[in-house]
Amino acid sequence: MAERLFKNIGSRGLKGAVKGSEYRKEAFISYGILLIGYILLQLGAMTGLIGRNLQGQFVPICVYVSLAISLNLVVGISGELSLGHAGFMAVGAFTGILVAKILERSMSINPLILIIAIIAAALTASIAGFIIGIPILGLRGDYLAIVTLAFGEIVRNFMNVLYFGFDSNGKLRFAFNHTIEGVDTSDRIITGAIGATGVTKMASFTAAALLTAFTLFVVLNLKNSKQGRAIMSIRDNRIAGESIGLEVRKYKLMAFVVSAALAGMAGCMFGLNYSTLAPVKFNFNTSVLILVFVVLGGIGNIWGGMIAAALLTVLPEALRQFADYRMLTYAIVLIVVMICTYNPTIKARVGLFVDKFKPKKKKSGKGKTGKEAA
Amino acid sequence: MNFLNSLISGLSLGSVYAIIALGYTMVYGISKMLNFAHGDVIMVGGYVSFILTMYVGMNGWLALLVAMVACTILGILIERLAYRPLRGTGSLAVLITAIGVSYFLQNSALLIWGANPRVFNSLFNGMKTIHAAGGQLTITPESLFTIIANIVIMIALTLFVSKTKAGKAMRAVSEDNGAAQLMGINVNQSISLTFAIGSGLAAVAGVLMCSAYPVLMPTTGAMPGIKAFTAAVFGGIGSIPGAMIGGLLLGIIEIFARAYISTELSDAIVFACLIIVLLVKPTGLLGKKINEKV
Repeated sequence: MAERLFKNIGSRGLKGAVKGSEYRKEAFISYGILLIGYILLQLGAMTGLIGRNLQGQFVPICVYVSLAISLNLVVGISGELSLGHAGFMAVGAFTGILVAKILERSMSINPLILIIAIIAAALTASIAGFIIGIPILGLRGDYLAIVTLAFGEIVRNFMNVLYFGFDSNGKLRFAFNHTIEGVDTSDRIITGAIGATGVTKMASFTAAALLTAFTLFVVLNLKNSKQGRAIMSIRDNRIAGESIGLEVRKYKLMAFVVSAALAGMAGCMFGLNYSTLAPVKFNFNTSVLILVFVVLGGIGNIWGGMIAAALLTVLPEALRQFADYRMLTYAIVLIVVMICTYNPTIKARVGLFVDKFKPKKKKSGKGKTGKEAA
Repeated sequence: MNFLNSLISGLSLGSVYAIIALGYTMVYGISKMLNFAHGDVIMVGGYVSFILTMYVGMNGWLALLVAMVACTILGILIERLAYRPLRGTGSLAVLITAIGVSYFLQNSALLIWGANPRVFNSLFNGMKTIHAAGGQLTITPESLFTIIANIVIMIALTLFVSKTKAGKAMRAVSEDNGAAQLMGINVNQSISLTFAIGSGLAAVAGVLMCSAYPVLMPTTGAMPGIKAFTAAVFGGIGSIPGAMIGGLLLGIIEIFARAYISTELSDAIVFACLIIVLLVKPTGLLGKKINEKV
């Protein structure tokens, strides 16, 4: 039964994406949400309606929204469960910090440094995605999920023993233990489990929003291209896709690498938003958090994921009045929302109720797909 | 001798992983879901046993029994309240709910028992450490009992699943849910039973683990949970002997990596081994190959 359900929803999603009008609508809504969100938050910050605490969350909100969009490329559009998105984010963040540190010594235009750092982050993260993607994309379903989990943990583990610093000649050196040859303790920029310290804060809300727009642009255009349709048809039926001559591995890898590069870019923005950054920020929980955004927003539904990401990033902040009960409330909200959105009986009832006010609400179920059911 | 000592502690750690992995693998087998809250059930088991021995003054073994009962009830409740409403909606929705349950358990523990690490009283406090080979080889009662417990549980569980009616029903449900229901098997009951067994075993694993590594925190269960999950996949998820082999191998690899290569990188090495195994055998060591039908 579940299998049929998956296929049904899957094919609906595909048909929806093929139609040009559907694409335009999705793009319109996604960019619209981003623009309106940006303007509202800017206005709120200018008029002082939004407090300082929440203003500090602006860049993370954009970063998490970007991450939700890029993970949706793997989970929703390519139909593979990935539990290691934070790994790519970490690769991007630490690359970005290193590049920014090096460039800072000879350049003083921060936005330019930021752009170069982001490009470098995209590069290294896509290389990481390529290396991990080639061997694992032959695996199926939950096995692929566990390997991505393993990858995320390996990255974090390596970050824990990675040390970078400048020696007296200004040359960058690295080591896998505390003492780097020719580098003073005070000149270290990345110190193992403590992470990066003394980072110049280069990220800004506008830059982060632009990055989100870029991520959206890449993912939406990929989804609506020939390649995107190939990726989605493989998701819906791998064997059928193979039989009409689609190279399964190539397309899966394409989605995976693009997603990794975008995650690296978001990670770079995240890294350059704080003065210190520890590898523990990129643990399994972060990967899961991003996945929660994607699933809660409706798998494959890009703007749904964006809204979920923004709301859930703000939620712990908004729940501050519950003090100690904050995370507990978060957990309960998560479980209840999941049951309400996915339980067939409740979904039907809520759907009826919502339909009375807003006939378009039902659309949110459209982009959902199951993983390959066969 | 160093080698043998490492091997013993590896086997002991691996046994803990194996017992936890059993819960993962059985639940996966029957309901095709990754129960990420399983690791936190271990933590709850540890805390229940800790409170009973420290504040109520209960005998450690009796406390273990109560913890098992508590975790069994907890497991059934979790399944009933959080997972059953989502049955048949695809593994991702349930996965996220499981993560929600995991957060819920961790934060409840944080509220009830606080964030401070507690020092767990070993279940085997009165017993002596065995010294062999002229004092070079040491076997702590913790490792000895953990290894024995693992073997006993494994044999009992294999017998239960293959010989008893309830076990056969469980296997039938994991093979084909719908067909089993048509044969008059109570699917809900079978799944509840699986969660009950898995959670009860989690309590045992929790007490054994805290006896060997006596620090108890709300996040104590998280990392062993992930490792045990890895172990289950390592051995082929869904397979009971697979969980045992996977768990033992993982424990041994971890301890040897710690002893001979690097403490900090031991986790990375464990996970790298997993990736290599999955590349050679994509469904784990003892996993069944699933044929795709058009």
